[in-house]
Amino acid sequence: MYIIIVGGGRLGYYLARTLLDEQHEVLIIEKDTYTVQSIVNEMGSICIKGDGCETSVLAEAGTNRADIFISVTGDDEDNLVACQVAKYKFNVPRTISRIRNPKHEALFKKLGVDVTVSSTSIILEHIKHEVPTNPLMHLLSIQEKGLEIVEIKIQPGSKTVGKAIKDLTLPAESILALIIHRDTNPSVPSPATVLQAEDQIIAVTKPDNEASLRSALTGS
Amino acid sequence: MKIIIMGCGRVGAQLAILLDKENHEVITLDLNVDSFRRLPPEFKGNALLGNGLDEDSLIKAGIEKADAFIAVTQGDNRNIMAAQIAKHIFDVPKVICRIYDPLRRDLYSMLGLEALSPTTIFAQMLKEKLES
Repeated sequence: MYIIIVGGGRLGYYLARTLLDEQHEVLIIEKDTYTVQSIVNEMGSICIKGDGCETSVLAEAGTNRADIFISVTGDDEDNLVACQVAKYKFNVPRTISRIRNPKHEALFKKLGVDVTVSSTSIILEHIKHEVPTNPLMHLLSIQEKGLEIVEIKIQPGSKTVGKAIKDLTLPAESILALIIHRDTNPSVPSPATVLQAEDQIIAVTKPDNEASLRSALTGS
Repeated sequence: MKIIIMGCGRVGAQLAILLDKENHEVITLDLNVDSFRRLPPEFKGNALLGNGLDEDSLIKAGIEKADAFIAVTQGDNRNIMAAQIAKHIFDVPKVICRIYDPLRRDLYSMLGLEALSPTTIFAQMLKEKLES
């Protein structure tokens, strides 16, 4: 596949290396002359100098035949515009943008960016994982379907300990996929499965139902 | 009218002063508090320190009740993004943005954004001056 990356910083650089290893055709567009030079010296002529938001630069890069367009500069506004130009001027089928402000996710979707990746949210989630008081954690989001996979921990002393799953009121469109007991093997939960302290439950849900899923499972 | 102006540079400040004189409710938004020195003491509107790309700052500026939103910062992409937030998230009835790059302006006009390119306008004006 032909993949264009805007931004030759650390993220763009390692992304290009990974994609090259997977035998893709890769081109980096980078503004800074020095950065362009050092990428070219190391990886050959896979990097051109220019502004990834400019139509003429994208035309030169052959954006009209790109399969994927990824913008990973440090500025949300630049990533948005680069992806929109790629999408609407060059009809790139899939555009991916890095975002700094997690709140911009919905906006980018609405404005035609196919996928957003927020480094801030990813780091936040990892830190939250290490804070044992938080009962719900995001493991994965399936953006195209508007679904997310979450993990809920049943704290000792929680009101739902000893209750069967059929007695809980789970929100719509939420499925419990897996239950990991402290001492036994993981299993697929059935209506009769009884919750125990320190169970970890992996569930599929919609972002809007997250809070009610958490309260249904933890009783708080 | 309630009008939010993002970017209190020369153009933003000048526009704010003009609209203020006509008794519109004007809110100027800028990242740098220094920019507000361009507003004269008799300016009756609001000067708000904040990022026009941040929804919380926009809400603080009163965007939910604004009649118009003007994006005139130095960055084309900032203006484009802020204008799209105002138009598509907050449904502001009148949104105008400045885009220096003529090609980018053409693309976003096509996408339904009301955008002006000072580059094209001024070049055209100079040409007409020469010919007159």
